[in-house]
Amino acid sequence: MKTMDKSMYEIRWHGRGGQGAVTAAKILAGAAFLSGWKGVTSAPSFGAERRGAPITASTRVASEEIRILSQVSTPDVVVVLDDSLIGVGRAAAGIQPGGVMIINTVKPVTELGVDAGIRVVTADVTGSALAAGVVVGGQPMVNTAVLGSIAAATGLVTMESVEAAIAEAFPPGPAAKNTEAARLAFECTKA
Amino acid sequence: MATQKTVSATGNAVVADAMRQCKPDVMAAYPITPQTTIVEEFAGFVAKGRVHTEYVTVESEHSAMSACVGASAAGARVMTATSSQGLALMWEELHVASGMRLPIVMANANRALSAPINIHCDHGDAMGARDAGWVMLFAETAQEAYDNTIMATRIAENPAVLLPVMSCLDGFITTHSIDRVDVLDDESVAEFVGEYAPQNALLDIDQPVTHGAFAGLGGPFFEFKRAQRDAMERSREVISSVGAEYSELSGRPFGAVESWGMEDADVAIVVIGSTAGNVRHVARQLRAEGVKAGIVKVRVFRPFPYAELAAALSGVKAVAVLDRAESFGAEGGPLFLEVRSALYDAETRVPVAGYIYGLGGSDVRLELIERVYSDLSDIAAGTAQPGGFVYLGAR
Repeated sequence: MKTMDKSMYEIRWHGRGGQGAVTAAKILAGAAFLSGWKGVTSAPSFGAERRGAPITASTRVASEEIRILSQVSTPDVVVVLDDSLIGVGRAAAGIQPGGVMIINTVKPVTELGVDAGIRVVTADVTGSALAAGVVVGGQPMVNTAVLGSIAAATGLVTMESVEAAIAEAFPPGPAAKNTEAARLAFECTKA
Repeated sequence: MATQKTVSATGNAVVADAMRQCKPDVMAAYPITPQTTIVEEFAGFVAKGRVHTEYVTVESEHSAMSACVGASAAGARVMTATSSQGLALMWEELHVASGMRLPIVMANANRALSAPINIHCDHGDAMGARDAGWVMLFAETAQEAYDNTIMATRIAENPAVLLPVMSCLDGFITTHSIDRVDVLDDESVAEFVGEYAPQNALLDIDQPVTHGAFAGLGGPFFEFKRAQRDAMERSREVISSVGAEYSELSGRPFGAVESWGMEDADVAIVVIGSTAGNVRHVARQLRAEGVKAGIVKVRVFRPFPYAELAAALSGVKAVAVLDRAESFGAEGGPLFLEVRSALYDAETRVPVAGYIYGLGGSDVRLELIERVYSDLSDIAAGTAQPGGFVYLGAR
């Protein structure tokens, strides 16, 4: 995955309403452009939005301009913001051979219930967000921190581009905290 | 070319920004998913003083379009936005706006009509209003939605046209996806759209006029409708010249129909809106495999570009039309009916296959498009006939 040997990578997000997966997808899109991908699309999948409900979003990055906006059904990368969604959201469905699941969890991989054939990368993204003080209304926001884990696990975006995209998305104060969260998550991401 | 800035933004955000740059005097709108963030962003611009628009909050879309009609008749530049049930609730006033020749610009975030309830994309809302006398533009991308909004202002207000314009973008797919958009600077847009000079303003007391008067039996109703038809016909030329001028400003081409791979295509898909992206992707793959696949995207649905469409499709062996809307009981969807009619006078009668797809946001997977091209190859080879009624990918 570290090498950009495919012309297009498909990323599927699994989160819960209120976790900020859509914002994360937006910032990742910005980081992907800065990392040199020419084609980036990011399509949320909404139902009747409500806090806590499982949601997905689809992001594609490509070396040429692309205009595909259908939902990702055979992802190269699956990002799981909440480990309770692995079963509920059928997070592993359709994952490509050689694909990777990035899971926000403190549990060991063996306890996550993911098929042994799938490459799983874990990170305590929630812990990173808490340590950096990225807390809104008493809840840690994992959506920017997880970008560090994506950079570490896939190499599709560089950490520098993630930081630049965060700086573009937030005012300076919050940007510093969110950048710190992404850095901590980058460091604690375990292949 | 004007100075432009590349932004990562949703379709709705750039539509709201284009509206701000066009400086409407009045906006009257009611929020509805998935249009909401257009009016929300615009209300934010008003609150922050970034645009000096009278923002009228109303209790329904019926009232929204009524307020737009009143403000436009008074002589204001007027904009609004809606979607689905909201557009349906405006139905009465849509006809009033066009009949009174009011150049209102409205964004429509395409969404299915109930029932069953659904908030996702199809073109049933806009197609239901296709005979309301509005010029209708459709966008594939957030970029096109932005560009169409600015062009719509010029088209609507052209003295030879004076018709309302509906600028459509696909609900959620285009309204909510993050896309890369090149945005013009404020001064260039202001200069491009210019100051609005109303022709028959009610508030112009030196030139008193009546709008929407009784024109019953023996009155000029029939002639008014003829005048509307003439204005819609004249809009073809205006759309073309505004498009050319805008292309020069933005560096982006504009056509009522836009073709890809049609120079030597054997098989072609005609489509409206965001699905054109998926179709182009599949067509490009098929070209690499030696299939001469093409695509014709329709950006202007009213007035329907018959001549351009027939020209684009001349020489192909089989055509498929993808409709994201139903016309129950008709021979096909609204676009199918227009395309087949446009081809009636062609020298060779090319087979046309109709597909209904993506209703209520049903996902348009690439394999569905591959299936359509595969059907077309069979029809072109003479091993299959178009016909039947295909609900593409229905379970």
